[in-house]
Amino acid sequence: MLYIKCPFCGMRSQNEFAYGGDASVKRPELNKEISNNEWDDFVYNRKSLRGKHIELWHHVSGCRQWFKVQRDTATHEIFKTAKMDEQI
Amino acid sequence: MSQAYRIKDKGYINRKKLINFKFNGKNYTGFEGDTLASALLANGIHLIGRSFKYHRPRGFFAAGVDEPNAKLQVLLNGHSEPNVNATEIELVEGISATSQNCWPSVKFDIGAINNLLNKFFPAGFYYKTFMWPKSFWYRIYEPFIRKAAGLGVASIEKDKERYEHKFEYCDLLVTGSGPAGLSSAYAAAKSGAKVILAEDKHRFGGSLLTDDVSIDNLSGKDWADKIISELKEMPNVTIKNRSQVFGYYDHNMLVMFERVGDHLEKKSKFTPRQRLWYIRCKEVILSTGSIERPIVFGNNDTPGVMLASGAKEYMKVYGVLVGTKPLIFTNNDSAYETAIEFKNNGVDPLVIDSREEQNSELVNEAKNKGIKIKFNHAVIKANGYKKVNSALIGELNENKSEYKNTNIVECDCICVSGFWTPSVHLASQSGNKLKFKKEIDAFIPDKSKQNEVTVGAANGDFTLGSTLNAGFKAGTAASKKINNKEIDIQVPNVNEKNHKAHDKFWCSPLPKNIKAKRFVDFQNDVSVTDIEIALREGYRSIEHVKRYTTLGMATDQGRTSNLNGLQLVSNIENKIVPEVGHTTFRPPFTPVTIGTIVGREVGKHFMPTRLTPMHEWHEKNNAIFVDAGAWKRPRYYKIGNETMLEAAKREAKNVREKVGICDVTTLGKIDVKGPDAAEFLNRVYTNAWMKLPVGKARYGVMLREDGMVMDDGTTTRISENHYHMTTTTAQAANVLSHLEYYLQIVWPDLNVNVVSTTEQWAGAALAGPKSREVLAKLFPNIDVSNETLPFMGYKEADLFGVPAKIFRISFSGELAYEINVQSDHGMFMWEKMMEIGKEFGIQPYGTEALSTLRIEMGHVAGPELDGRTIPYDVSLDGMVSKKKDFIGKRSLTKSAFTQSDRQKIVGLIPTDRKTSIPEGSHLVEDKNAKLPNPKLGHVSSSCWSVENNNPFSLAILKNGKNMIGKKLFAVSPLKNKSIEVEVISSHYVDHEGKRVRS
Repeated sequence: MLYIKCPFCGMRSQNEFAYGGDASVKRPELNKEISNNEWDDFVYNRKSLRGKHIELWHHVSGCRQWFKVQRDTATHEIFKTAKMDEQI
Repeated sequence: MSQAYRIKDKGYINRKKLINFKFNGKNYTGFEGDTLASALLANGIHLIGRSFKYHRPRGFFAAGVDEPNAKLQVLLNGHSEPNVNATEIELVEGISATSQNCWPSVKFDIGAINNLLNKFFPAGFYYKTFMWPKSFWYRIYEPFIRKAAGLGVASIEKDKERYEHKFEYCDLLVTGSGPAGLSSAYAAAKSGAKVILAEDKHRFGGSLLTDDVSIDNLSGKDWADKIISELKEMPNVTIKNRSQVFGYYDHNMLVMFERVGDHLEKKSKFTPRQRLWYIRCKEVILSTGSIERPIVFGNNDTPGVMLASGAKEYMKVYGVLVGTKPLIFTNNDSAYETAIEFKNNGVDPLVIDSREEQNSELVNEAKNKGIKIKFNHAVIKANGYKKVNSALIGELNENKSEYKNTNIVECDCICVSGFWTPSVHLASQSGNKLKFKKEIDAFIPDKSKQNEVTVGAANGDFTLGSTLNAGFKAGTAASKKINNKEIDIQVPNVNEKNHKAHDKFWCSPLPKNIKAKRFVDFQNDVSVTDIEIALREGYRSIEHVKRYTTLGMATDQGRTSNLNGLQLVSNIENKIVPEVGHTTFRPPFTPVTIGTIVGREVGKHFMPTRLTPMHEWHEKNNAIFVDAGAWKRPRYYKIGNETMLEAAKREAKNVREKVGICDVTTLGKIDVKGPDAAEFLNRVYTNAWMKLPVGKARYGVMLREDGMVMDDGTTTRISENHYHMTTTTAQAANVLSHLEYYLQIVWPDLNVNVVSTTEQWAGAALAGPKSREVLAKLFPNIDVSNETLPFMGYKEADLFGVPAKIFRISFSGELAYEINVQSDHGMFMWEKMMEIGKEFGIQPYGTEALSTLRIEMGHVAGPELDGRTIPYDVSLDGMVSKKKDFIGKRSLTKSAFTQSDRQKIVGLIPTDRKTSIPEGSHLVEDKNAKLPNPKLGHVSSSCWSVENNNPFSLAILKNGKNMIGKKLFAVSPLKNKSIEVEVISSHYVDHEGKRVRS
């Protein structure tokens, strides 16, 4: 079980959190004309990286904040966590 | 003649306390402090069970977790448990054990015929034999294999024992209380670090209990006792015996299995049997020690053959002689301690040493004691069926491939030692890649991936002096990392005997005229020949060899067999062991009971139960409940002998004709507040929200970004910047996370807050043509007319002193209201409604009637909104705004979603107007068509229409729009039904929706 530092609550066990996928995905702006390919990239296509990955986690059984985690997908090492408005 | 093999005044057992137990129906005695194994051996019992595949007689092979054979069915406190390791379970009054894997008895076992037929059971036998014909699998092969294989019998009784989980945090976890563990725990504890020391066995000390050493002029055991008693005094130290750390997981979380109650004769109601510890620690010191490895020879599985270390432990710890005519077969010095121990107890052993003449301290001591030794010799095979009675030994030639001469020696046990294997399981589980250490011919941990370090024998360090040194050093280093304190600890003086190098002799060659099986893996009956066959058939990867032969795949995880297997493969392949590699070590290190894994999460503690404030009333009024997520909802209220269908019909009919009341507390409720709330809802829902006035509700549908409907519900504008959103019961949690995602990540600029208020409000739906009359009496002070409180209207009012919210919304399709009060007043509201509604014929209705009402109205719910339907599929086209953008809108333009023959919701009635259509049935054109019969759609919801008095279903049907009027078949292979159905509109009742507006 991972040990994750919520930027608001501190170190907590993984079972308090929900995984939220790739944090680098940006939702296209509303009302913007975009191609099917761009839309598919946003909705479906993910890189599924091996190695360092910045991802979203949601502290569902805690403060209910979404935040960013930089984690190695192969070793599970967590390098850094940050609030949504902070840079990793 | 009880306990004839007990040595006088030897061992650490309590001879004052006699314990009675049973084995295979016979009564025996042992002493407190015995294991089941030591007590049986004290009574001269060696034959303990039959082997897995060939049903060969088997006896004790070891004295601890390394035991591959002695797995028993154990009955204790009325609870029967299979595959219990007799060398690990402590003797307790009344325990009853039986042999496994034999019938009719362990002494006469019919399955032993497999042993005679063994040439038909080579490696890969199952794979080769049971492949075809395919149809034989279920009827013939599988039942046969199940009966023939398998070890003990799992109990089908409910487990009455209590199991617990515990979460613990510490600075340092030390796994194992041998010299390495004691010294490192001691050093770290002295610096003030919070330490947990875990020992698998009941006694602390590990090898110090049996090795002939002294530390600071104390015996190993006395020194261990001294350290333990000092550690026990320290408030920062937790010491746990009977506790096996069996798994090393991510981020330094280790899991430990503690046997709390099994050894207690009497325990309180709340004493758990076993406890699972989740330990999160900053640092870990792995002091798991090592396990002796056997040398492989012919019939080496005969009862009476055991590890030399096991024999020594039985003598020293339990005061039990495993034989009176022992043969010691070794390739190293350590087995000489066993020989000397025999001699000290008045028994003359014969040592068979594969090495040339040795002159080490230990060997010389043995010689001085007059112990007979045959160097350059090996045991070729053991003789005897149910017990060893002699051995064929041979003098080895120079390259140890053949024998110069052979002869038979009488013996009643053979104690074998093929040197030592570090227990690297936990280190490997932590991510540490192992490396091969040539000097000891075994793997040891390499670079740490997590905050762990391995010390002592587990690290390939087999001398006490350097182990203690390394232990103190590791403890000091850990404490320095933890609290930056460095303390000075005096390393004690150690007196131990020097050992000379071992011999790389792992497997006795068989002379051509000798036939005997040489077992590598005892528990899975894997012999040298099996491995040879696997290699001959082309298996190369050690992982494949393992799976093909099942080497190391039994519950002992190959503790005594892995390295011998690797050695064998490397010899045949002419490779060195590190090139062959090793198989993966996986948790749990030792078997863990299911009860421990489950812990207290059984019965009603399996998951939390959510009850509405009106639950007691429902119970009193014969409600039959159904699980809706964690909620209990009344499914129907049973009157007399009614069936569920009859009750649902009665309740639904009463709503259509008079008035009904339904507990809707479980609906998800979310408060949406802030100046940008309207804009936010406008983006979340598919329809328009900017112009909803205060005091009005609106139905909304929300999509996922992929265009699928996520949830629906009504949202009411309570005040300028405050909306009350409702969700379905099932999706409440997901919708909240979804809203938070968009507010926190995608549109943080929106000034909106959301919070769940589901539990704050109790809700009751009042539905039916007479509901307004009931409402008027409930709220005499307000005008509830259609003009002032129209469909989708909202009012706040006073319910006999209790503030209430009235929403004029309807799921049943009737004139209906939903009334919310604060949860505390839920029961008051409900009882008041029942009381006032009495004269109008009010009746409560449950989820069955609720479904009936919504299905015949064609209102969609969970079964239609199953994450595979877009709004058009479920006739929610009118809800999709063409003007504004919203979550998921872009996906709706995808070509697959705009096909004219796309699936669509329809209604179905059976052509006979009688047969109910099972939910989940497939819709096909021709019920007799050849399989696979093309599926046109599926039945999502079914009910008995109370309005039309016949069955009615909703279905999602391909090209549904153009199928109205067609006849199809609803096929349910599960219920063995195929029903002719007619496709009609999904709106079966009140097409125009007049009633809700009446």
